[in-house]
Amino acid sequence: MITITLRYFASLREQIGRSQETLMLADSINVLDVWQYVHQMPLPDNTLIAVNMEYVERMHYICDGDEVAFFPPVTGG
Amino acid sequence: MTINIVDTVFDPFLEIHDFQTQLALNGKFGATSIFIGTMRDFNEGDEVHAMTLEHYEGMTQKQLEKIITTAKDKWTILEALIVHRIGCILPSEPIVLIAIWSAHRADAFEACRYIMEELKSNAPFWKRETLNSNQTRWVLKNTGSK
Repeated sequence: MITITLRYFASLREQIGRSQETLMLADSINVLDVWQYVHQMPLPDNTLIAVNMEYVERMHYICDGDEVAFFPPVTGG
Repeated sequence: MTINIVDTVFDPFLEIHDFQTQLALNGKFGATSIFIGTMRDFNEGDEVHAMTLEHYEGMTQKQLEKIITTAKDKWTILEALIVHRIGCILPSEPIVLIAIWSAHRADAFEACRYIMEELKSNAPFWKRETLNSNQTRWVLKNTGSK
């Protein structure tokens, strides 16, 4: 069993209505499949994804204990 | 290398002064390049009276450290300072300070520009504007290398 933490930021957090949740999965899947499993809708095109605070591609496979973050394009500075 | 994420107004010139004063680099640096980003009172054709900046704590610091490390690989720089605001910001207040110390100006100029552009592209900060009409909106994307 794999347990991961999902986090959402900025406009994506507001659309989803929560900032964080825990997910348990039987097997490792990629982060795009994590999104589709939880939200039952396509990942918005411009969404950025980080695992353990490092950017990853959509096909990146998760590991037990990972923190997976989804967020819109960054706008700092 | 110093990275400060702050939730209150800061004086960039005081930050530079204080940082440089405690550096053990006297006589070693010949160039200091500085970028200060300041909040405007307009954006996308609308008047903006406030902005809220949020970030992904931990990832922000991690990404900024990576950016500075890469800059150090590309240019010969002696020290780097980044200060970035979060929280509620008003027009004319500084949002970000990048300061680079090096022996020669080319390294300082180029590293400063690089760090700022990379911050804009990769550091997980997000701006939410409050317009004069009190309507709020997320800033959807940063300007290019303007």
